[in-house]
Amino acid sequence: MQLYLPIAEVSVNAFVLLGLGGVIGFLSGMFGVGGGFLITPLLMMIGVPPGVAVATGANQVVASSISGALAQFKRRAVDLPMGAVLTGGGLVGSTIGGYVFDLMSRLGQTDVFVQLSYVLFLGLIGGMMLVESINSLRRTGKARVKRSHVHSWVHRMPFKMKFRASGLYISVIPPLLVGAAVGFLSAIMGVGGGFVMVPAMIYILGMPTKVVVGTSLFQITFVTGYTTLVHAVTHHTVDMMLALLLIIGGVIGAQIGARVGVRLKAEQLRILLSLLVLAVAVKIGFDLLLTPAELYSVTRVAS
Amino acid sequence: MKGWLLALCLMALPVQGEEIVSGVSQSGVSITTNFDGASILVYGAALRDAPAPAWPLMEVIITVEGPSTPLMIRKKDHVAGIWLNRGSVKITSAPSFYAVASTKAVADILLPAEDAKYHITIPQTIDTAAAPSAEQTPYIEALQRIRQASGSFVLAPDSVLLLRQALFRTDIILPANLVEGPYKVRIFLTRGGEVTDMQESQIDVQKAGVERTLYRLAMEQPLIYGMLSLLMAIVAGWGAQELFKRLRI
Repeated sequence: MQLYLPIAEVSVNAFVLLGLGGVIGFLSGMFGVGGGFLITPLLMMIGVPPGVAVATGANQVVASSISGALAQFKRRAVDLPMGAVLTGGGLVGSTIGGYVFDLMSRLGQTDVFVQLSYVLFLGLIGGMMLVESINSLRRTGKARVKRSHVHSWVHRMPFKMKFRASGLYISVIPPLLVGAAVGFLSAIMGVGGGFVMVPAMIYILGMPTKVVVGTSLFQITFVTGYTTLVHAVTHHTVDMMLALLLIIGGVIGAQIGARVGVRLKAEQLRILLSLLVLAVAVKIGFDLLLTPAELYSVTRVAS
Repeated sequence: MKGWLLALCLMALPVQGEEIVSGVSQSGVSITTNFDGASILVYGAALRDAPAPAWPLMEVIITVEGPSTPLMIRKKDHVAGIWLNRGSVKITSAPSFYAVASTKAVADILLPAEDAKYHITIPQTIDTAAAPSAEQTPYIEALQRIRQASGSFVLAPDSVLLLRQALFRTDIILPANLVEGPYKVRIFLTRGGEVTDMQESQIDVQKAGVERTLYRLAMEQPLIYGMLSLLMAIVAGWGAQELFKRLRI
């Protein structure tokens, strides 16, 4: 069944969109990532203009992450104060990222800039996660003394705050910076930023794994909601018809994903997520390196 | 004297004595939710006061032109191992859709001077600020190649059916990714490469129903539209959560 999208101004198959939403929702519920890093490139692949793909992807991530966040909230796996601090930083970072994105589109380098960011960040994060989780899988079974948290530079900064659910008493500056960095990436890459947020929470902030997924979904919901509004108002690129189909598939997928995720071990989840992230990085990296079939590209400019 | 007059009449005849009467199957195209392209039929006849001259034969060219926009064409280059956009050419205006249907290959039935005057072939419709330089030519060729591949530029020689040098018809396929606006339909009659008559009509392409409501809301009330998009996402996300809880899956 073909469906004409009013804002994207292209006709696409409705079932392809439902399926796409479902798969991404499933991953989102299972890993606690919004899935934006998959949805934006996939939408572009099926012919949706990049601007619409980024904005509508953000809208879809709101639905799948709020669904996941609620599921985690019921399980008391959300650190609300931490989520609020991260969101505060995220809104600032997202606004700055928006300016950088506009600058890049004026220079005509949006696609390469976006692709390079994808390869760099997805490759780095995916690689780190893979190595770490393989190491921790190897360590299981061997007796080892686990420290509750590592004392590092994070703990020597001022403006300390108690994050009860995470069992942390740390300065608000690192979470603010992490939030801002993720918000920045979300605006330039059209993603929620869960794939950066989750490892940053574990490795930089030292949060326990049980609250990481819920808190990251909480922050993603707010930052992508903000991104959706900004895109709708400034670029008119949110396609509600496209979003609706992705969301219907997505929310159902997210519920199933959350239930499957509970049955898997944290290390297994992390290995799967890191492989997925690396696969996307490699695919986009190849697109940058291989000679494109068509060297020229046409873009409509505002008169 | 008589012979000279006759010669004058014969020369003038094709220009003045042939007139197009034509019609289009529909005066408008509505883009609805299940819009998947449209086919429009352009038909007509040449009306004459006197019998048609035996030579040169009459030929027909039919063009359909969508709204024009300025464009930017960019070219990727291999820089430091990766492919970056390097060169760019700005096009003042080019049609979002353009189809040329004709009885024979346009080059055989239209003189270049007439083409330049009426802007009939695809290159004639692409407007650059100045005459394109040698460097710009590949960009303009690329634009034509890309748009032809996507079905936005259509070249259809031999697709106009001409019966007894008088009746003609053709089908023009409009692709699914149409831009809203007035689409100009032009019919040209040519003899010996010269245009003997021309007629212009218009088809209005508009979004309809839900498509139109959403589009106008997004453009005119972006904040409300954005809020609605968010509300939809929140309701769907929360609704699914509640639904699955009830189902106890």
